Amino acid sequence: MSTAAPERTVGTGAEIAAMATIRRGMVISPELRDGLGGTLLLALIATVGQVVVPITVQKTIDHGLAPGQHADVGYMLRMGLVAAVAILATGVASYAMTSRLFTQAEKGLATLRIKAFRHVHDLPLLTQNTERRGALVSRVTSDVDQVSQFLVFGGVFAIVSVGQIIVATVIMLFYSWQLCLVVWICFLPLFLSLKWFQQRLSDAYGVVRAQVGVMLGAIAEPVVGAAVIRAYAVQARTQARIDEAILANQTAATKAQGFTAFSFSLGGLSGGLANAGVLVIGIWLGFAGQISAGEVIAFAFLVTLFVGPVQMGTQVLTDAQNALAGWRRVIGVLDTPAELVDPGADGEVLPRGPIDVEFRDVSFGYPGGPLVLQDIDLHVASGTRVAVVGETGSGKSTLAKLLTRLMDPTSGEVLLDGVDVRRIANASLRRSVVLVPQEGFLIDDTLRANVQWGRDGATDEEIAASARELGISDWLDALPHGLDTRVGQRGESMSAGERQLVALLRAHLADPDLLVLDEATSAVDPQLEMRMARALEQLMSGRTSVTIAHRLTTAENADEVVVVDHGRIVQRGPHAVLVDRPGPYAGLHASWVAQQAH
Amino acid sequence: MTQLSGRPTSTLGDGFAVLGVAIRREPWIFTVATIGSALFGALTVADAWVLGWSTEHAVIPAFRDGEIRPSILWAVVGLFVGVAILRAVGIVARRLGAGLMQYRLQARDRRAVTRQYLRLPMEWHQQHPTGELLSNANADVEAAWSPIAPLPMAVGTVVMMLISIGQMFAADVVLALIGLLVFPLVIGTTVLYQNASSPLMTRAQSLRGRLSAIAHESFEGAQVVKTLGREGDETDRFAAVAHELRDVNVRAGRIRAAFDPVIAAVPSLGVLVVLAVGVWRVESGHTAPGDVVTISYLLTIVAMPIRSIGWLLGEFPRSVVGFRRVSRVLAATGEMQYGGAHLDARGPATLQVDRLTYAYDAGTPVLADIDFALAPGRSVALVGATASGKSTLTNLITRLVDPDEGAIRVDGVDLRELSAGELARSVAVVPQTAFLFDDTVRGNVTLGADIPDADVWAALRTAQADGFVAALPHGLDARLGERGTSLSGGQRQRIALARALVRQPRLLVLDDATSAVDPEVEARILGALRDGAEAATLVVVAYRKATIALADEVLHLADGRIADRGPHTDLLARSAAYADLVNAYETLEEDA
Repeated sequence: MSTAAPERTVGTGAEIAAMATIRRGMVISPELRDGLGGTLLLALIATVGQVVVPITVQKTIDHGLAPGQHADVGYMLRMGLVAAVAILATGVASYAMTSRLFTQAEKGLATLRIKAFRHVHDLPLLTQNTERRGALVSRVTSDVDQVSQFLVFGGVFAIVSVGQIIVATVIMLFYSWQLCLVVWICFLPLFLSLKWFQQRLSDAYGVVRAQVGVMLGAIAEPVVGAAVIRAYAVQARTQARIDEAILANQTAATKAQGFTAFSFSLGGLSGGLANAGVLVIGIWLGFAGQISAGEVIAFAFLVTLFVGPVQMGTQVLTDAQNALAGWRRVIGVLDTPAELVDPGADGEVLPRGPIDVEFRDVSFGYPGGPLVLQDIDLHVASGTRVAVVGETGSGKSTLAKLLTRLMDPTSGEVLLDGVDVRRIANASLRRSVVLVPQEGFLIDDTLRANVQWGRDGATDEEIAASARELGISDWLDALPHGLDTRVGQRGESMSAGERQLVALLRAHLADPDLLVLDEATSAVDPQLEMRMARALEQLMSGRTSVTIAHRLTTAENADEVVVVDHGRIVQRGPHAVLVDRPGPYAGLHASWVAQQAH
Repeated sequence: MTQLSGRPTSTLGDGFAVLGVAIRREPWIFTVATIGSALFGALTVADAWVLGWSTEHAVIPAFRDGEIRPSILWAVVGLFVGVAILRAVGIVARRLGAGLMQYRLQARDRRAVTRQYLRLPMEWHQQHPTGELLSNANADVEAAWSPIAPLPMAVGTVVMMLISIGQMFAADVVLALIGLLVFPLVIGTTVLYQNASSPLMTRAQSLRGRLSAIAHESFEGAQVVKTLGREGDETDRFAAVAHELRDVNVRAGRIRAAFDPVIAAVPSLGVLVVLAVGVWRVESGHTAPGDVVTISYLLTIVAMPIRSIGWLLGEFPRSVVGFRRVSRVLAATGEMQYGGAHLDARGPATLQVDRLTYAYDAGTPVLADIDFALAPGRSVALVGATASGKSTLTNLITRLVDPDEGAIRVDGVDLRELSAGELARSVAVVPQTAFLFDDTVRGNVTLGADIPDADVWAALRTAQADGFVAALPHGLDARLGERGTSLSGGQRQRIALARALVRQPRLLVLDDATSAVDPEVEARILGALRDGAEAATLVVVAYRKATIALADEVLHLADGRIADRGPHTDLLARSAAYADLVNAYETLEEDA
């Protein structure tokens, strides 16, 4: 067997560099760029507020407290007033900066989230299936939240920190370049090692996250598996496994915490060293008349502006890295090509009326895997019913997916009314071809909202008419809340059979010209089953239909049966002919009959 | 702990009560963390004192006299560096201690809660939604101990505050009084901020939950969304909540933007006042310049840590709610009682169900007057419409619940007289929805019992699971992931079936256990069960005829009672209701 097609997976964005991520991110969410210059300017002003106190202390000492001079009270008052105004003004700037940042960031992230969500739906089914559903969900939820959380906590802090260090350095240079050098010598090793600490820290928290996942799984077992654990009397074993997971989680978290504590303590250490250095060297410089007493003391205040950023630096860097990684992953989704190209306005529009289906030399293989369908040539005349049968894994479900263009064939073409599906406008295709899947898929809303998926804005009368035609009115009428019934999460308030009925009702409202059915395998209540079969019968009349059949009766009632085995069509013809002819179908039929026998 | 349950008291009081529980449970770690924190607090204050001392004894004299003794310089260096090192030690002790204490308390509660889950009877589980129990063991435990993280810091801050107040008063009473105003203002503003923002945080959290639910739902139904061309409508549905979340986040951001500068400005303004008054006090000879510097510096460095007191108080509401929920689980009582009897017989078991009645809610019995016996090696099919009581009967036979009236006996022994674990040695059940552990295939089949691989493979073969298990990357050692999500429904059922078969049960209960399996594969499994060497007494709940046909006898259940019983063919012949129920497929064919 030949292999086919390159890997089609959802991009992780791992290859995008940090700056490129930010640039790409800003193109996707233009809101992030709006007014950014003004916000940064405000940030700078806000930062100046941090040095008001050190400067005031210096002035006070040099003009009022220093020995040998009388306090210039007028000067002191004016200065105090200026300082107070400066503090208030920078406070206002800080408010404006933070609130602008939040507003624009949240707007931008909402845009990013929504775009990514839409793009996931635009991805081909195949690409969607390579990812776990949960992973795709986290792209549009927690990954975006991570960026948002960073902006709220780390982002503002990072902007203020950088500004604070710059402004403090400038003031220090103004007072004395020598002392500024002393301070920088004390802090530089820490700044340089931040990255290293951050890496270790993020590794440690990676372990914690993994252990939390394991622990959550373990503590769910006694709840979800309550019956099985009791029936098999494995309480002790289950508890041992839980305890192990809890302990592993506790150990990992404690270890990470120890590391955080250590890296946090280093900022103060550098601060102490810097202060000692500043005072000793400051006094020595004072002898040379290069610096005043107030200026030396002001340095001690300015050094505190370095301590905070260093203490929190590793944490903020970790958050920043996580946020960047989250951002990349979301961009990765948007960068994944939506391969099933909709010809759009240039596409052909199918005429109404039962559709004529043709598979012409179609082969299909999942990326990197062997072909699951080979050399399929099949013609289904308009208005006829075809049942596709075969063992699990024979490729019969793939046939349905190609027919509804959830995937495109690796080679060959699928024609509807003589037109290659790839040339049909998506809107027309979705209008004319409807797939009823095995599991009736419902959203957590009312029955009405779920049924309206088939036809937007269908009125209650239209729905009732459809139900009547399908012969399921009595079921609908018997529901205490009728169409207002809430179906629950994943439709869990309804039985499997009822979910199927909703799917049929939906399909009937959609009024397709080609109906593709993937028959449900799991048993439902026999009485419901019977009702469903009647409804199906109604639904199929007057349309072309292709059914992936798991039941004998479906095959028996079809105009033609197509038997698929190992990706090829091995037999075809009406049930009545095939059943008496030695071959695969006779074998399948015999085993069905054996099951039905008493 | 008792003061937290029942009668309404203030959140503040309850919050402190939770802290009290935590401290009583981990007194040593708390002590070490608090000493570390106090050390940190004391030394932070000392730092200011060192600066003041240096100003007074080194900087100002040096600038005045143009000279300085080296010993003074060394003292300056020694004081600054010494204080910094001790303070670092304090930080490590405080932070590590806080973490250790928090994680130990969490782990302890999680162990206790999960023990309760395993101990409490099935009835209790049926009365509590899964989501609630999961959050009791995780989110609520976390919330209960959330104030532990800032606790040592807050205690240390109190120490620091007291020392600095003392120091300020020692330096200058008037300046100290000004400084004293700053502390409560900072704490008050922080609490105010927490109160203003926490409802928004809660709201954002629940919106994130909704957003995630929509995404889950929508991506799960991706195929239907695509085939019905609903992509745009789905995006609108998602966007509505995403926009709501955005607005809440922006509002929370504005509140933060407003409070941050206020909290930062309070100590700064305090320093300005201290400086202004300080100049006047120095002028009038009431205080020394060094004291003014000390007090200013104290205000600068103490203001930020003080916020931790606000953080601690802000965690109280969440903590109290979490603690109450966890306590409720831990206080739940009721446990299945066991006797001391054993089942020593070999070979297929006998099963007797004597005049059994069972109700979930008193008054409306799910099962009434169920009375039948099953000889060793015989099999019975339970057939009935949805909610006729079939699954409840299997729960009673496997003693997940006890009957209200009547009794169930295996080999003549009432199930309630058997010792713990004894029933599981003789009876195995395969439920409709297969539950798999986050474990290997082997672990899921053996459940830790010492069973040779050959027997595991044999059981997998009978369950028609050997083929796909052999194809898994590590065969028996392949991990199945959380609840077997990597397998299809039918595959999960077959692993669960092998789990039952490998124990060679004397009584096997299949509760619609092959419903997700392809009919053809099911036929093979049932064939192997019927013709296999290891005979067992068999109870099957079934819809499919092939499954029903396997049984020697059928119990037709309707509305919780036995409507009829006998061989399948006899029932078909004499009961129209039964025929309707099981003949659905044939009826369909005739209709067509």
